[in-house]
Amino acid sequence: MRKLKKTLFTIFVLLLAAVFVTAIPASALATNYSYIYGFWGEEIPTPDAYYVSAYLTGNDFELDGEPIGNFRDPQGLYVRDNRIYVCDTRNDRIVLIEYDEKTDDYHLVRVEYSVMINGAPSEFKAPEDLFEDRNGDVYIADTGNQRILHLDHDFNVINIIVKPDESSLEIDLEFLPQKLVVDFSGRVFTQVKNVNKGLMEFDEKGEFTSFMGAGRVHLSIADIFWRMISSDEQLKRQELIVPTEFNNVAIDHEGFLYTTLSTFQPHEVEYVHPVRRLNSVGTDILVRNGYWVPVGDWFYSFDNNLPYNGVSKFVDVVVFPNDSYACLDRTKGRVFLYDFQGNQLAIFGNPGNQQGFFQNPSAIDRMGNDILVLDAQSAAVTHFKQTDYGFYISEAMNFYFNGLYNESAEMWDEVLKLNGSYDLAYIGKGRAALRNEQYYEAMQYYEAKYDDENYGKAFALYRKEWIEKHIQEIIIIIAGLYVALKVLKYVIKKTRKGREEA
Amino acid sequence: MTIASLKQKSTYAELGGQLRYALYCIFHPADGFWCICRDKKASVASATIILIAFSIISVLQLTLSNFQFVLVPIEYFNAIITFLSTPVMIILWSVSNWSFTTLMNGKGKLSHIYIATIYAFTPMIIANTVGIVLSHLLTYDEGALYHSMQMIALIWTVMLLLVSMMQIHDYTMAKAVGSSILGIAGMGFILFLFMLFFSLISDAVMYFISIYNEIIFRMY
Repeated sequence: MRKLKKTLFTIFVLLLAAVFVTAIPASALATNYSYIYGFWGEEIPTPDAYYVSAYLTGNDFELDGEPIGNFRDPQGLYVRDNRIYVCDTRNDRIVLIEYDEKTDDYHLVRVEYSVMINGAPSEFKAPEDLFEDRNGDVYIADTGNQRILHLDHDFNVINIIVKPDESSLEIDLEFLPQKLVVDFSGRVFTQVKNVNKGLMEFDEKGEFTSFMGAGRVHLSIADIFWRMISSDEQLKRQELIVPTEFNNVAIDHEGFLYTTLSTFQPHEVEYVHPVRRLNSVGTDILVRNGYWVPVGDWFYSFDNNLPYNGVSKFVDVVVFPNDSYACLDRTKGRVFLYDFQGNQLAIFGNPGNQQGFFQNPSAIDRMGNDILVLDAQSAAVTHFKQTDYGFYISEAMNFYFNGLYNESAEMWDEVLKLNGSYDLAYIGKGRAALRNEQYYEAMQYYEAKYDDENYGKAFALYRKEWIEKHIQEIIIIIAGLYVALKVLKYVIKKTRKGREEA
Repeated sequence: MTIASLKQKSTYAELGGQLRYALYCIFHPADGFWCICRDKKASVASATIILIAFSIISVLQLTLSNFQFVLVPIEYFNAIITFLSTPVMIILWSVSNWSFTTLMNGKGKLSHIYIATIYAFTPMIIANTVGIVLSHLLTYDEGALYHSMQMIALIWTVMLLLVSMMQIHDYTMAKAVGSSILGIAGMGFILFLFMLFFSLISDAVMYFISIYNEIIFRMY
């Protein structure tokens, strides 16, 4: 009897729970998956700009009926057109997957363990990155073999780049190229482990030419003071202050290099510039006009003993055709999207082992507007596609980037229907209103999001228009006031005189 | 001033004169502040009126100004605390300054310090009032005008404060600067004592409350 009661009670509770769970609307189940920072630094939850369309592991693919097995610690991801290259680092192989957009299907094209050099197979050893240039040539950073392989699209060797005979490199330094990009003229820029002079640049023949984009050393006043008063003996024992080395490099459609770096102390995050855009001489020319410099999360715990804690550490970056760029943060497994002015467009991702969450993300790339993220620990590629919300944002940015402000404003309208607290949408609409000479409207849009500089521009025009319109009234009022003042003075004088006389 | 004098018309005429004296004071500080305490050109009543005006202007400046020049997170803005902070700071300063200057051969009385301090803030009151209007007429690019006006008012006020110290206490400039720095330190010290006092008092009160609770719980 007692048992029956218990069972009935359990069923009742379960039913009740079921009612409650189904009664909760989808929006109430919102996580902190997507958010953005507001003007005052508050975290505003936003709709998801990207959704997971596919989650690819090595086990999903078969070659000639044989499963290829899971990836192990994959470090490199490269996408060109619909071809997805995965550098399966621990398995010492390169995997090429093709995506068919029409059928939304993925096919394994090839798995390469080695290349033929002088008629003999030469196996890859821990390859960490890959690049396919416009001609279809493939460059592989064969890290474990201390070489960069330049192959044609059928993986026939064209050239091999090895450690250059360069006096500025230490003799016993192992040449470990980790990340590489190739520009339009065939120059290879590679980030080599333990080299802090910047990226190594090789010309199209594979000859070393120069270092590029070395970071500057930053010394705080306290550092300088302590170094001044320390003796030579003490200085010898101190940690050397050297420029930080990059951890990744990407190239945009114009040939500018984007680099990321993650070896810095949390308090240095503001001035270390973890993501940079380098011009041809290696100067950082990234525009940083947002509420804050692009550093990832604004707030974080300093307790480094807890997992997934601390300052954002970018490990990869990818650039879109409208100069927006997405940075991949290893600390919290997040993707940060910035526009070409350095404003935050969207933030999504979290640590975890669900779809769309990351444990140790290692690389990011894009396929059109889609984003692909490679996770080294869960050994999988996550394929993100844009939601409507994300699509409207990127379209609005495209129009704005090409100077089509009105079309951009229409897209921002769509964004505002989905997210009424999106700052850039208001500023974008203000920009269109200003272009259409609706100055007062523009002022209101700018004021809503505290864009003082643009507000000033709109206000200057509004003020000019207002004065031109009301010039008659202004003159009449000033003249009237002047006359009234004179009359008043005269009357006061008269009455005083009269009183004195009386 | 007594309650009875509030009915006489001459009281208001006198008060008006005292308020107008603030304008004389800021342009002729040496003469003006000397006469504040010696010639009764200003009174505690007139100073208090100016102080209230200053408090109101401080609140209005933060709420009515255009966001191009003054931007406060209006969601977290507390008008009452802003309104009260000005008189609290002035009174703290007066007390702290008085406590130091009495030990340093200062001639001024507490009321003199109070009046002179408030009168010295006149440029700020004028600049803030003009600033509220100006913030709606200027653009962001023309902000230099607004900011330099505010800066000039601030420097002017600091100079007036120093001159008032010199005149009230019959100090040299160096002594005025020194006593002002001590005064600021004293303000911090007074605030610290207040906080200590209140935290100790609240601890003591909590002690008796817990004894009371303990007894009540035992009784029932």
